[in-house]
Amino acid sequence: MDIRSMHFVERVRERLDDDELQRNLKRTRGRNAASRAAAVAAFSDFDAVRQRATEIRRSVLRDLDVWLERFEAKATERGATVLWARDGEHACELIADIAKRHGVRTVVKSKSMVSEEAGLNAALEAAGVRPVETDLGEYILQINDNEPPSHIIMPVIHKSKEQVSELFARVHGTPPKTDIEALTHEARAVLRPEFLAADMGLSGGNFLIAETGSVAIVTNEGNGRLCTTLPRVHVALTGIEKVIPTLEDLSTLLRILPRSATGQALTNYVSMLTGPKHAGDPDGPDHMYFVLVDGGRADLLGSEFEDMLRCIRCGACMNHCPVYQTVGGHAYGWVYPGPMGSVLTPLYQGLEKAKDLPHAATLCNQCGVVCPVSIPLPELMRRLREKQVERGLRPWSERLALRAWAWVAGRPKLYALASRIGVRYLRWLADGRDRIQVMGLAPGWTAQRDFPAPAAKTFRELHAERQRAKSRGGAR
Amino acid sequence: MRPSIAFAAIRLLESAGYTVVVPDSQTCCGQPGYNSGDSEAARALARKLIAEFESFPHVVAPSGSCAGTVKVHYADLFADEPAWRARAEALAAKTFELTQFLTDVAGVSTVSGTFSGSVTYHDCCSGLRELGVKAQPRALLDSMPGVRRIEMRDCEECCGFGGLFSVKYPDISGAIVQRKCESIRGSGAYAVALGDLGCMMNIEGRLRRSGDELTEVIHIAELLAGPDGEGG
Ligand code: SF4
Repeated sequence: MDIRSMHFVERVRERLDDDELQRNLKRTRGRNAASRAAAVAAFSDFDAVRQRATEIRRSVLRDLDVWLERFEAKATERGATVLWARDGEHACELIADIAKRHGVRTVVKSKSMVSEEAGLNAALEAAGVRPVETDLGEYILQINDNEPPSHIIMPVIHKSKEQVSELFARVHGTPPKTDIEALTHEARAVLRPEFLAADMGLSGGNFLIAETGSVAIVTNEGNGRLCTTLPRVHVALTGIEKVIPTLEDLSTLLRILPRSATGQALTNYVSMLTGPKHAGDPDGPDHMYFVLVDGGRADLLGSEFEDMLRCIRCGACMNHCPVYQTVGGHAYGWVYPGPMGSVLTPLYQGLEKAKDLPHAATLCNQCGVVCPVSIPLPELMRRLREKQVERGLRPWSERLALRAWAWVAGRPKLYALASRIGVRYLRWLADGRDRIQVMGLAPGWTAQRDFPAPAAKTFRELHAERQRAKSRGGAR
Repeated sequence: MRPSIAFAAIRLLESAGYTVVVPDSQTCCGQPGYNSGDSEAARALARKLIAEFESFPHVVAPSGSCAGTVKVHYADLFADEPAWRARAEALAAKTFELTQFLTDVAGVSTVSGTFSGSVTYHDCCSGLRELGVKAQPRALLDSMPGVRRIEMRDCEECCGFGGLFSVKYPDISGAIVQRKCESIRGSGAYAVALGDLGCMMNIEGRLRRSGDELTEVIHIAELLAGPDGEGG
C-alpha cells in the first residue's frame, strides 16, 4: 500500500472537519474499551496470562531463526510449501507465480493485514487474477473503490450502517436496507458463488505453530474456513514474526487475544490448518503454501525496537488511544494506525516518511497498559523521536527552541530571570484580565484554549521574600 | 505560573512535620527534552537535578509528570553510565508525587483545607500510569468534611495535553480536551481537582474558551491545604 503518512497534519484536519466521520467515531468510541474491561474483570487470571503471553512472544523472538526453521521443516513434512518473501513486493511476485502455476483466475481472501502491506490486490489484478475480499468489512471496502481499512480488526469501523446501505444499493443494484442482518445476507448472497468458484484461497495467519507446521486463524465470520478449505490452492500470507513454538503457547495466546481485541472470551472460529488435503480427508486444498514476509521485521531483531515484534494485532492500543479515537485510522496514512502504527510505520516505511507519527501521541500510556504482550508503545515512540533528533529530521526551529530551553534551564540565574520576564510578558499580554486568548509564541495553544494569566511574581521571587521575612522575624 | 500551588504543597508538608527546602539552583527536570527525543539535553538537566536533590531524605513534587520523569525515566537516561545510573536509581527510590508522599510516607489522614462543595478528580496520566497515584488523592479528599466527591466518566482518560503535543497538534489536542471538559461538566461537580500543572492549564483553558466560567479548576495541593495565610 502506498504511504501517505507524510501528510498527517493535513489528513487530521480533513478528518476533524468530516462531520460524518466524527459522528461515527463518537458512536463507537469507548465501546471496545468497555468490552475489554468487562472481559478482563471477568477473567481472574488476566495478569498472569498477560505475563505468560509476553514471555512466549519475547522468547520466540530471541531465537526467531531457529523457530522459523523448525516451522518450515514441519510444514514441509506435512506437504505444504514454505516461501520466504523479502518484502511486500516480493510476496506479491511469489503469489502471482503460484496463481500462474495453478491456472488461478479468482482468489477469495480472508483478512490479512500483510496483504494490505504488500498491496496484493493491485498486484493480483495486474497479473490478471481477480481478488475477492470475503471478510464483510474488507468486502465493503473493496467494493467502495478499494478504500483502505481504518482499523486492524474492524476495518470499516469508520462507517455507519447507513453508509454501507447506500453503498450496497449502489453497487448491488438492490433496494437500500439498514437492517444489519439483511445487509449481511445480501453480502453473503454475493459471496457464496465466489467461494464455490474460486481457484485459490488466501488467508492471513494469526500464529504459525512450529511444532506442528500449522497456521492458526482467528475469525468471527467463518469466511476464513471457506477460503482455506474450498479452493484448490490455499496460500497463508503472514509476517515472519508470527511463529510460536507449541500448541500450548497457542492456547495461552488465544486466551488473551480475543479478550483484548473485542472483549470476547473466545472468537466464533479458530481454525488450524496443517498441510494440504491428505488421502482420506473429506476436504481441504490440493496445494498449500506459506508466504512469510520479512518487510523490515528482521532488522528489528536485537534492536531497541525488538519489543514491537511481539505484537499479536489485537487492536487494543488503538481502541484505547485518545488520538486514534479522535482522528480515526485513515489519518495515519498507511496500513497500521494508532499507537502500534505510529511505531511500525516509521520502522517499516522509513522515519522520514512518517515524521509526525511518533510525535502524534500524548504519551498517556493507556496503550502500554492494555497491550496483551506488554509492548512499551510510548517508550518506543519516544525512541523514534530520539532517532529523528539524531538524524536531524526535526524542523530546525524545534531543535533550536529545545536547545535554547536546555541551555537556559542549565543556568539557574538565567532561568530565574527568564521566568520573571516570561511572567511580566504574559501579564502584559493578559492586560489586566485573568487570561490570554491570543499568544503569538504558542499560537497552537491559544487556537484551542485560553492561557491563564500568571500570578504577578514567580514562586522563586515570593519564596525568597518569605525566607527573608522569616529570617528578619527570627532576628527580632 | 501559580506560585500558590507550590506554597500550598509546602504548607501540607510542613504541617505533616517536615522541613521543606527549595534548592536555589533548581530549574526543570528535563521532561520536555526527554519526551522530544533530545536525550542529551535531558541528561544534562537530570545530572543537575540529581546533584541538587540527592542529599535530601525525600524529594516531593506537586506534579505527577515531573515526579514520574525522575522516578521512572532518569535511570534509562543513564543506561551507559553505571555511576550516574546508580545515583539516578537512588534518587528515584525517594522521589514522590505530593499526595503519594502525604499518604504513603507521611501517613497523613487529615488535612487543613476548608473547601466545601462537590469535587471530581481527574487522574493525570503520569501520576496514574507511571506512579500508581489513584487512591491517595481520593482518600485525602474524602477526609475533608466539606468535600463531596463525584467520579466523572472516563476519569482515567488523557486530557490531551501531552506537553509539546498540545502546541504541535493543537487540533487533536483541542478535540480531546473538549471531551474531557464534557466529562467534567457531565459529572455535575462544582470543581475539578488534579495533580499536574500542564493538564490543569489545558483543562482550565478549554473550559474558559468554551464559555464555562463556573467550573472551578483547582490543583489538589491548594484544595487540600486551604487558603494561604500569607497571600500570594
Ligand atoms: S501493540 Fe499490543 S495492543 Fe496494539 S495491536 Fe499489538 S498486541 Fe495489540
